[in-house]
Amino acid sequence: MSQWIDACATDDIEEEDLIRFDHGGRTFAIYHSPEGKFYCTDGLCSHEQVHLADGLVMGHLIECPKHNGQFDYRTGEAKRAPVCVNLRTYPVKVEGGRVLVEVA
Amino acid sequence: MARRDYSLLGPDAKRAVETGLAAAEWYHTDVPRKEMKALMQRSDAPAIRDTVLWLGGMVLFAAIGIALWPSWWSAPFWLAYGVLYGSASDSRWHECSHGTAFKTPWMNDWVYNIASFMILRNPVTWRWSHARHHTDTYIVGRDPEIAVMRPPVFAKLILNFFGILDAWNGWGRMLLNASGRLDPEEATFVPESEKPKVVRVARIWVAIYAATIALAIWMGSILPLMVIGLPRLYGAWHHVMTGLLQHGGLADNVIDHRLNSRTVYMNPISRFIYWNMNYHVEHHMFPMVPYHALPKLHAMIKHDLPAPNRSIGSGYAEMWPALKRQLRYEDFFLKRELPSTARPYREDFHRAALGERDAAAAE
Repeated sequence: MSQWIDACATDDIEEEDLIRFDHGGRTFAIYHSPEGKFYCTDGLCSHEQVHLADGLVMGHLIECPKHNGQFDYRTGEAKRAPVCVNLRTYPVKVEGGRVLVEVA
Repeated sequence: MARRDYSLLGPDAKRAVETGLAAAEWYHTDVPRKEMKALMQRSDAPAIRDTVLWLGGMVLFAAIGIALWPSWWSAPFWLAYGVLYGSASDSRWHECSHGTAFKTPWMNDWVYNIASFMILRNPVTWRWSHARHHTDTYIVGRDPEIAVMRPPVFAKLILNFFGILDAWNGWGRMLLNASGRLDPEEATFVPESEKPKVVRVARIWVAIYAATIALAIWMGSILPLMVIGLPRLYGAWHHVMTGLLQHGGLADNVIDHRLNSRTVYMNPISRFIYWNMNYHVEHHMFPMVPYHALPKLHAMIKHDLPAPNRSIGSGYAEMWPALKRQLRYEDFFLKRELPSTARPYREDFHRAALGERDAAAAE
C-alpha cells in the first residue's frame, strides 16, 4: 500500500541539486529542478547500484558519479550509456514547505 | 596466492564476485558537496581550445611532413604528428568517454569518435570496457584494462611503446567485429543491445582503412599510411610511457585508489598530451571531475593521498624495480606511505581482500 512520506524541507535541497533520502530499508533521490519543482527517483543507479546523490544535476539530468550515465529525473528515462535501464520515479508533493513522496 | 588469471571468464573473475571485490564500494576522500559540485561543473572552453590545438597541430605537422616527403627532414614532423595521433588520442578518447571534457554532449561524442578511430578502440565496446575499469579497477578477472599484468612481460610492454601488440589486437578486433561477431570476453561487458553499433563502427573503419591502403597502392607510396594507421605505431610511445605509470607496480584486488593508482607531476607538454590524467588517483576517486579541474581537486585532497611522484622519471624509478621484483614474486607490490593528515588505509579490509600472506608481504 502506498503512503506519503515526509522526506525533507524544500530548502534542504538547492536548486539544480539533489539529496539522498532513506526510508523503510530503501534509498531514494529527491531533486530540486531549476524551475523550483521537486522530483523523486530510486536512489541507486540502475547500472552499478551507485548512490546518485553524489552525482551532478544538469538541468533535468542526473549524472551518476561513477560512470557518468545520465537519467532524466523527471521521467526516470536512461539517457546516456552505460545506463540502459530506466529509474523508477515516485510522485512528489509540497505542503507547508515540506517535500512529501509517495512510496509504494 | 595462486598465479593470477586475468581472463574475464576465469576462476579469478568468479572469485572476485564471490568475495565481494566486484562492484564494491570504494574509499573516497571527504569533499564538501558544495566544493565537489563546483569541481564537477562542465565547460566547453578549455576542451575547445585544446582540441583546436590538437587537430590544428596535426594538420600543420602532417602538411609539413607531406611537403618534405620522402626526405628525412620530414621525420621530426611525422614524430610530432604521430604523438598527437597515436598518444593524444588516448587521453581524448578517455576523457570524452566519461563525457566530462566538454559541456556540450555532441562535442564530446564527436571528439570521442575521432579519437577512438585513431587509438583503434571501438567506441561502443570501449565505453563499456572503461566503465568496468572504473567499477573494478585492477581487480583481477574483472578489469579488462589492466596494462601491467603479473608477472610482467617486459617484451610486451616494450613492444607496446611502438603500439605493436595493441594495434595488432585492435585491427584484429576490428575485423572480427566487422564480420558481425564479438570476442567472448567483450560479450561479458557489452550488452547484447549494443552489438549492432559495435559492428557498424567496425565496418566504417574497415572502409576507411581499405580506402587508405588502396590509395597507397595506387600512389606506390606508404605516404597515405603515414597519415592514417601507421602513426598508431610510431606515435604510441607517449601514451604508453604515461599509461604504465597509472597503476604499474601498485596493489591489485583492493578497493582504495590510493593503493592501486599513482599521481605523477608532469611537464606541461606531457600534461597537454595526457590531458591531466597524471592526476590519476584523483581521477579514479572522482571520475566526474573534468580534466581541467583535476589540478584543483588535487590541491584540495592531497592531504589524504600518498605523495605524488615528482616527475615521469621519478615515477619510473619507483615503478620499474617493483615490476622487476614481480618477475620473481608476483604478489609483490608497492604500498606507499600516507601523510599524517590522511585517513589510514583500512588494513583489516585490505588484509581480507588480499589474503593474509599478501598483506604481510606488502608491510
